[in-house]
Amino acid sequence: MDYIRAFVVGGLICVIAQILIDKTKLTPARILVLYVTLGAILGGFGIYKKLIDFGGAGATVPLLGFGNSLAQGAIKAVKKDGIIGAFTGGLTATAGGISAAVFFGYLFSIIFNPKTKK
Amino acid sequence: MEKDVKKQQEYKDIAQKYEPKPTLIKNIIWAFVVGGLICDIGQFFLNLFVSRGMSLEQASTPVAIIMVFLGSFLTGIGIYDDIGRFAGAGSVVPITGFANSIVAPAMEFKREGFVFGVASRMFNIAGPVIVYGVGTSIIVGLVYYFLK
Repeated sequence: MDYIRAFVVGGLICVIAQILIDKTKLTPARILVLYVTLGAILGGFGIYKKLIDFGGAGATVPLLGFGNSLAQGAIKAVKKDGIIGAFTGGLTATAGGISAAVFFGYLFSIIFNPKTKK
Repeated sequence: MEKDVKKQQEYKDIAQKYEPKPTLIKNIIWAFVVGGLICDIGQFFLNLFVSRGMSLEQASTPVAIIMVFLGSFLTGIGIYDDIGRFAGAGSVVPITGFANSIVAPAMEFKREGFVFGVASRMFNIAGPVIVYGVGTSIIVGLVYYFLK
């Protein structure tokens, strides 16, 4: 059951992005920026958590979930450390994903070469 | 002259009628299916870590790391861009697409060197994402602090 919910929630989040790409002038890069920002705002209001409770990975795997983690991390750290938490919490919460992106991104960029264009 | 303009308009109308229908529906279906499948892969790992005793919140970090690994690896061997050609947003929006946006330009610009080629091109798209994401999260934190 959780696989069906993750599929539907994740799929619908992608469908909204697809409609935006096809119907507006938004490029995929702008969609990613839009989604991470939107995710952080929804996370700030605590709205996104409800979607995660329902959709699981369907809500955390899209970039909206990354934005939500940033905002939730900032709020959590503010509760613990005060105002300084606003500056430490976001990156602390997402450190694993960002570090993995830097590390694996660099590694595989070095190891592999782009396929020759046909 | 005026007749020409009219004729051109007529031609346009006719041509429009026979133009292939926009592929929006097809794109939407592919985005839904591929996006959903990628999230299910994430769900598989999420369930795995939770069954090993992690909380849902703790488990999201290793899941993100694995998905980023898969996204960059599949981009490296050239499969991810093949998927992206028909999956559109379905392959862009998940965090695997974020990894793809790092590896694809970095590989492409390797000939410009390992500093300004690979290392700086990695952040072509990831850079703006981090800037806006972290920036927004700081504002959220500050707002929370002052309104609390």
